[in-house]
Amino acid sequence: MATVEARQLVKAFEEVRAVDGIDLVAREGEFLVLLGPSGCGKTTLMRMIAGLEQPTEGDIVIDGRAVTDLPPRVRNVAMVFQSYALYPHLTVERNISFPLRAVGMPKEEIRKKVDWAADMFGIRRFLNRKPRQLSGGERQRVALARAVVREPAVFLLDEPLSNLDAKLRNSARDELKSFQRNLGTTTIYVTHDQAEAMGLGDRIAVLNHGRVAQIGTPQDIYLRPSDTFVATFIGSPPMNLIEDGDTWFGFRPEALVPVAQVPEGAVRMPLRVKRVEYLGAEQLIYGTVEGRGGDAAAIARIPANLDIGVGAGEVCDFALNRDDVQRFDRKSGRRLVEATS
Amino acid sequence: MTAAVEQAGRAARTRGMARFADSERLLWPALLAPAIIYIVLLVGFPFLLSIFYSLSSATVATSDIHFVGLENFTRIIHSDTFWRSLWNTIVLTVVSQIFVLVFAGILATALIKDFRGKWLVRLLILLPWVAPISLGSIGWLWIFDSIYSIINWTAQAIGLFGEDFWPIWLGQPNLAMAAIIVVQIWRILPLATVIVLAGLSSIPQDIHDAADVDGAGFWRHQFEITLPLVMPITLVAVLFGIIFTFTDMIVVFVLTRGGPYDTTQVIASWAYFTGIQGGDLAGGAAISLFLFPVLVAVAILFLIAARRSEVT
Repeated sequence: MATVEARQLVKAFEEVRAVDGIDLVAREGEFLVLLGPSGCGKTTLMRMIAGLEQPTEGDIVIDGRAVTDLPPRVRNVAMVFQSYALYPHLTVERNISFPLRAVGMPKEEIRKKVDWAADMFGIRRFLNRKPRQLSGGERQRVALARAVVREPAVFLLDEPLSNLDAKLRNSARDELKSFQRNLGTTTIYVTHDQAEAMGLGDRIAVLNHGRVAQIGTPQDIYLRPSDTFVATFIGSPPMNLIEDGDTWFGFRPEALVPVAQVPEGAVRMPLRVKRVEYLGAEQLIYGTVEGRGGDAAAIARIPANLDIGVGAGEVCDFALNRDDVQRFDRKSGRRLVEATS
Repeated sequence: MTAAVEQAGRAARTRGMARFADSERLLWPALLAPAIIYIVLLVGFPFLLSIFYSLSSATVATSDIHFVGLENFTRIIHSDTFWRSLWNTIVLTVVSQIFVLVFAGILATALIKDFRGKWLVRLLILLPWVAPISLGSIGWLWIFDSIYSIINWTAQAIGLFGEDFWPIWLGQPNLAMAAIIVVQIWRILPLATVIVLAGLSSIPQDIHDAADVDGAGFWRHQFEITLPLVMPITLVAVLFGIIFTFTDMIVVFVLTRGGPYDTTQVIASWAYFTGIQGGDLAGGAAISLFLFPVLVAVAILFLIAARRSEVT
């Protein structure tokens, strides 16, 4: 167990600053997710923590020790790659034992450790197979076993679920979380999938253009986004933003409900309905807010069994709680703390 | 009336072409034919001809040819020069290929890295391959010349060779063999380097990264990860190298003509000297056929090995 710290970290590739001054701390035993669109620098940040990439400026500190100039092998981190990067010419057993052999562990001990890791991921019966004889899900387990086997200080996971099909991904996510809980190892997890980030992370660091846009618990990120980027990047559909003088007026689609559902004193939001999308459990109402001028497009998300009784082109009375309203500065995009309408 | 007939004829012809192009039964023999004809005429026919010659009394002097059975082969097997040549061929091939493998590995490992002027270094390394062997060999002939040898002059100038130490590279049997080996290495190295380089660049970067994170040091990384992964393609490079070296006669021909006293003779050059320059077509054909079973065996062996070590 260890803490991982990035201090004023910069990585410049010629003109582009892929990582542009990041300060970040992963606490002991924490599951920290780095979330962001592609090209936001999250993978570069992780590779610098692993030691695969040398920072242009700044420091990496693992467990209080600056490791910036140390090679990957002495940092005591384990990494799972998006491609899994299993050694194709080695059996599963040799793959898993590779990190142990590299540190010269006695054979007897290696056996025990490999069995322990293989049992944990239920891959004991594959030990003599080559990676190409395994399915995607099985390969992913081998990659995890290889990372776990030497009990590293830190796990670095680079989109380890993105090569699995949707059904497998859900169960793998679940398992991953419980393994991490049981082992209690500090974990940094890179993904561009917000559902994954929300489901797995103790905290999420949202990255944009090589900087940390916001770091906080999934609830913080969702309910109190620090700026319009986070507000629109998180949530599907994203937060509604409507022009209101010098500010953006923001609210989540599920906060917008028919007027009968909210108590007195709510903010009225009459919506001219454009289209209703039925999604099984819920429905999305696409429309424009009346009386706001311009293109005040908004989306409401309500349960599918709630009949609003209006069709396209008609106006329906919606409203939202004052507590659900966020305000953002039009210029900077930052959230204004006093959020009242 | 005639116009209508002509048009119908033209339509039929286009239809005929279309039918031909659509028919797999007709198209594949047509597309394969040029390659097959080429192989039959330029490989198959000379091969059969040399088998025929080797069993006959053919010489360049007479058109009277008759069947002599295996007489040519027994004659060759009882010749000291044959055993000498066979030994030389094997030594030349094995020694040069070992060096080629090591050097190609080192060069490819260096060239896979990014550095300024990489393209220039790559070009220079490839040059020996694109230059005709005979021209290159003539260059080496001057380098090894008994009077003007640049090696001797340079070595003496910097004090490496003493006042009266002056090796005659191509005149002393062991030195001559070494010289031939050097030229073969120089000749095969570019191709081997390029092949190994291709093998190295086909390894995903993730695998190298994983090995680094997993704690592998330089040697473990080389021998447990990189080497096994480039092995299949490296075997192909070695196979090419063996065949090119085994069958080559130009280097020996240009540098030493097999001398001094046949001490650097190889099978291919001896076949040429016997069959073409000596006029003994039957003997030359028989000698050259000794190459064939060896090469077939080597090729099969390596293809099996390459398949075995194939990983993905």
